Amino acid sequence: MSDPLFEFLCRMGDNALVLGHRVSEWCGVAPALEEDIALANTALDLVGQATLWLDLAAEVEGAGRDADALAFRRDVWDFRNLLLVEQPNGDFGQTMMRQFLFDAWHRAYLAALTDSSDTRIAAIAEKSLKEVTYHLDRSAETVIGLGDGTEESHRRMQTALDRLFPFVGEMFVTDEVDAAMITACIAPDPRSLRAGFDSYLAEVLAEAKLIQPSGDFSHKGGKSGARHSEHLGHMLTQMQWLQRAYPDATW
Amino acid sequence: MYAQMIKSTGKGVKALEDMDPQERAFQERIDAGGKIEPKDWMPEGYRKTLIRQIGQHAHSEIVGQLPEGNWITRAPTLQRKAILLAKVQDEAGHGLYLYCAAETLGVSRDQLTRDLLSGKMKYSSIFNYPTLTWADMGAVGWLVDGAAIMNQVPLQRTSYGPYARAMVRICKEESFHQRQGFDIMMKMAQGTKAQRHMAQDALNRFWYPSLMMFGPSDKDSVHSAQSMAWKIKMNTNDELRQKFVDQTVPQAEHLGLAIPDEALRWNDERGHYDFSEPDWSEFYEVLKGNGPCSAERMAARNKAWDDGAWVREGLLAHAEKKRARKLAAE
Repeated sequence: MSDPLFEFLCRMGDNALVLGHRVSEWCGVAPALEEDIALANTALDLVGQATLWLDLAAEVEGAGRDADALAFRRDVWDFRNLLLVEQPNGDFGQTMMRQFLFDAWHRAYLAALTDSSDTRIAAIAEKSLKEVTYHLDRSAETVIGLGDGTEESHRRMQTALDRLFPFVGEMFVTDEVDAAMITACIAPDPRSLRAGFDSYLAEVLAEAKLIQPSGDFSHKGGKSGARHSEHLGHMLTQMQWLQRAYPDATW
Repeated sequence: MYAQMIKSTGKGVKALEDMDPQERAFQERIDAGGKIEPKDWMPEGYRKTLIRQIGQHAHSEIVGQLPEGNWITRAPTLQRKAILLAKVQDEAGHGLYLYCAAETLGVSRDQLTRDLLSGKMKYSSIFNYPTLTWADMGAVGWLVDGAAIMNQVPLQRTSYGPYARAMVRICKEESFHQRQGFDIMMKMAQGTKAQRHMAQDALNRFWYPSLMMFGPSDKDSVHSAQSMAWKIKMNTNDELRQKFVDQTVPQAEHLGLAIPDEALRWNDERGHYDFSEPDWSEFYEVLKGNGPCSAERMAARNKAWDDGAWVREGLLAHAEKKRARKLAAE
């Protein structure tokens, strides 16, 4: 295993980077002008957070890389994001359900990180927490609005939940990187956040009139990098194209 | 300029003495530099012309997201991606202010949207051109936003209050957009051989379409006089185009890029650059819907609207249910 702190920072940065990119794919084609603005705002926040986390990761690594080198010059197997965030946008309902599930975890995780023993991490968490609290307010409200809207919007939101629920479990898996972070009081045990997440989820889904899928099966392999989905590679071919095609250029 | 070929009354400008007292008072207020507010009396032609102009401007902001959105997912650095996202977000915001300004004239945003999607209303010709390389993000900011500012700065003094106030907010953001475009061009022009090539190619493709943004020559612009009398158009098309050329030529020289016009030269006598007119037949084709990307742009907007119908209906139904539940609880 490489330096667990570097791994941990890449996880935080890659989640924000990959989801920020996905959300930015909505540019100009959202269902309403207000949604265009809100989606661009969310993407902008996440790209900003990714820059902070990956710059710190590069600094910790000390190999002369920076956030851009990490974002644009690593291949799929070096990415450490959750499988959930690399899932394609689908319809607006699937995009917002993905956002909601991630935001609910992200908010709780960042809140715990504000107490990190590493002051650099606590500072990034504090800044991000403000933004993510707003993301969660909005995504939860949208899930409720569409879940308890028309018959069609309800059906689409239930389909989105059924499709994405198997990616929830990975957010709460604890592995050796987490263990090292827990020991150093840098980050919380992901398992400790599950109960709070579950009760919040139940509350929102009840209001949205949506049914939580049964079973606790979970896809894994994103945060460890062991096995990403096929989607990530396609995303990277687009995202990294200029940097790969013109490696000598500065932009 | 995001409004082109705006139809006004199509009649000549009336002399003050030919107006009835109400219209005369209206015109005198404008002549004195006063503002017209939504509840004030206004001639029907003024209202309709403004709806066309503000609506076309709003539509341009909305469609204008597409050529830049084309590069958000390929932006070469995290900072460039963030800046471009912020810019496109601003443009959606400008669309929103402008639709709100138009709504004060008694037309709904949904109606304006329907008119855009059916092709009844237009948006600026410039957004029917493709963005093919990263340098195009520079060219769009530098030239397209640069041309837009030429028109929008004077419109901060336009006679219709809500429009003037929207323009004040928009101008602040547009100048940031232009600077970021120039900054991209600078990096490209000082970059590798491939980057310099991209920069020159972008200038070659965007130069004449940018000149077209100001609309046809004054001698062919039939509706200008009335709009200028009403102060909803502050300068003639040719004045603004000349100002744009005069401003842009030294910038291109600074970048070390060549403007694709062999006739371009400084005219000492006029104190301005002489330059070639764009191909106006191309301009009229673009307005007819035959621009290189016209079909794609309209298809993208129509698809977004159709695909989003269930979302808008869902959220509306939810708001309705909430209101009903609240009423029942009272």
